[in-house]
Amino acid sequence: MKTLLEARELVKTFGVGEAATHVLRGLSLTLEAGEMAALLGPSGSGKSTLLTILGTLMKPTSGSLRMLRQDLVAADDAALTEFRNRHIGFVFQFHNLLPDFTALENVIFPTAVREGRETPEARARGRDLLVRMGLESRIDFPSAKLSGGQKQRVAVARALMNTPELVLADEPTGNLDRASAMQVMDLIGEINQDQGTTFLISTHDEKIAARCRRQIVVGDGLVTG
Amino acid sequence: MLYALKIATRYLTASKAQTALLISGVAVGVFIFIFMSALIGGLAEFILSRTVGDISHVTVEAETADPEVLIDADGHLLAAVEPGRLRTATLRDSATWVPLIEAVPGVRAVSPQITGAGFLNRGSQVAQVSVKGLEPGRESAILNLEGYIVAGSARLGSGVIVLGRRLAEELDLSVGQVLRLQSSGGVSSVLTLGGIFQTGTGMLDGSSVFVSLPTARNLFALPQGVTRIEIKLDDLNAADATALRIRALTGLDAVPWTDGAEQLMEALNAQAQTGYFLKTFALITIVIGVASALVLSTYRRRPEIGIMRAMGAGRGFVVVVFVAQGALVGLIGGVTGAVLGYLALLPLPGRDEFRPGTLPLDITQGSYGLAITLTVLGAILASILPARAAARVDPVTAIGQ
Ligand SMILES: Nc1ncnc2c1ncn2[C@@H]1O[C@H](COP(=O)(O)OP(=O)(O)OP(=O)(O)O)[C@@H](O)[C@H]1O
Ligand SMILES: [Mg+2]
Repeated sequence: MKTLLEARELVKTFGVGEAATHVLRGLSLTLEAGEMAALLGPSGSGKSTLLTILGTLMKPTSGSLRMLRQDLVAADDAALTEFRNRHIGFVFQFHNLLPDFTALENVIFPTAVREGRETPEARARGRDLLVRMGLESRIDFPSAKLSGGQKQRVAVARALMNTPELVLADEPTGNLDRASAMQVMDLIGEINQDQGTTFLISTHDEKIAARCRRQIVVGDGLVTG
Repeated sequence: MLYALKIATRYLTASKAQTALLISGVAVGVFIFIFMSALIGGLAEFILSRTVGDISHVTVEAETADPEVLIDADGHLLAAVEPGRLRTATLRDSATWVPLIEAVPGVRAVSPQITGAGFLNRGSQVAQVSVKGLEPGRESAILNLEGYIVAGSARLGSGVIVLGRRLAEELDLSVGQVLRLQSSGGVSSVLTLGGIFQTGTGMLDGSSVFVSLPTARNLFALPQGVTRIEIKLDDLNAADATALRIRALTGLDAVPWTDGAEQLMEALNAQAQTGYFLKTFALITIVIGVASALVLSTYRRRPEIGIMRAMGAGRGFVVVVFVAQGALVGLIGGVTGAVLGYLALLPLPGRDEFRPGTLPLDITQGSYGLAITLTVLGAILASILPARAAARVDPVTAIGQ
């Protein structure tokens, strides 16, 4: 298998001196292309911190991060913005959608922001993705009025919009009921199978984790299993 | 750019009541700006037309030669020659200068005059008057004599005199009566009262008389030339420049009306300053309003800014989204305020019909374009800082997991 992402000796320390919190203490992690991995660990173990660093939204205190042959620690804000747009999709637990926009407008945002306008091609692809997520009846629905499960499926569709190599999902089913959570996981599994998109999904839920072929457990700022 | 504009528009329409309130605030500011412009402009126009509308804008007067003075090497005054009291200075070549002056751009009318002092006799009554000899046919070139006539006509034929109502009442005169006018030089003429005027200015109505230029020539024993050339301009404010031009062209001492009108100019200036001051405040209010609204908006939308940044929106994109909101508010509020201002001024009397006791608002001086331009610029300026703050939002804390 081809290596997609390689993180070496990641250290993340918040604050300084007495007040310093050492969240990551030299964590190393490699993701292969096409993997579907669960990120497990107790609350406060640094799962979200790791995902934001891997997603280039935050820089590590030290360590290296390479993806698709690019050094993501050295890159500047503009380069990282461009990189995220093309290669990384995100699904967050809360605050996922732009509430004043429709489901479709949310889904095509990553393409529209790159092209400077909403093209018919982007709309067509956005529609396809929403249909695939079982949301054909909600395409032009204001996103603020969608249910929690529907919102997360729209978020997954948006994460896939620019066909990224990697999707990082931070407790995507954290506030969904079991049925909705499983529906979202089914969709993620399908995409992973069909398109080979790599997923890294943080979760507290053993049943969700069991849907992934690989489980990564963090504890004490390191990968423990 | 287009997409950022779409998002900006959506943000504005998402909170309609708030946006409407903000736009109304801007519109009120622009309304005040326009109202002040129309008022200050109209007031200046009104005051000027009242004070200088009927006077000469540029005046050429014959120079009285300076008395000759003899001073010795030590600075002692040895001798001084005083001019004779009755000596009248004349502009001898007025016939050649008048057409020259008439050709100067911006000159509306030229009135060559012979002026002097005299006594009006009617029976046993005598009144001291200042006599103005005007060219027949140009009676209303400077002072709108025709417009002020209350009896008879302003036509200054030969042997005709026109005078003010107060003087007519004092001497108990009516049109058609004959009276005698004696110049300070002792020459007298018998004249028929052709018209009575009332300007509302005491000095004119009580002690000025108008005769024809030939009559005045006779009275003041001036076989050729005139004593004074009065010039009216299209634009009052061009008096200084036009006076300079006439001076350069003819070598005559042309004096603009602004000479000696410093107090009036100062008053008008102070008025204009007050106007600038109030207009600046209207603009500052707009800027503060827009800035505070945008600061709130960027704060409220922090999570969304975080999401957009995570999805690949650059800092510049975020800046444009928020600056565009400011610009749109400025543009819509500016145009609304300008239209409301115009509509509010529309039913008021025009600049030529100002009546004392009402505000002389001049609808043509509303500075509509300037108001809109400054408002849009101000709104853009006001949104730059909040927009930059928005662009620096840290996506991780904003999404706040
Ligand atoms: N900006 C920050 N400043 C200081 N400390 C922080 C900051 N962000 C995270 N931390 C700390 O880092 C630790 C790890 O946080 P993180 O959110 O990564 O944990 P997590 O594994 O995602 O937990 P959970 O399962 O509850 O979501 C916590 O102790 C947290 O308090
Ligand atoms: Mg977390």
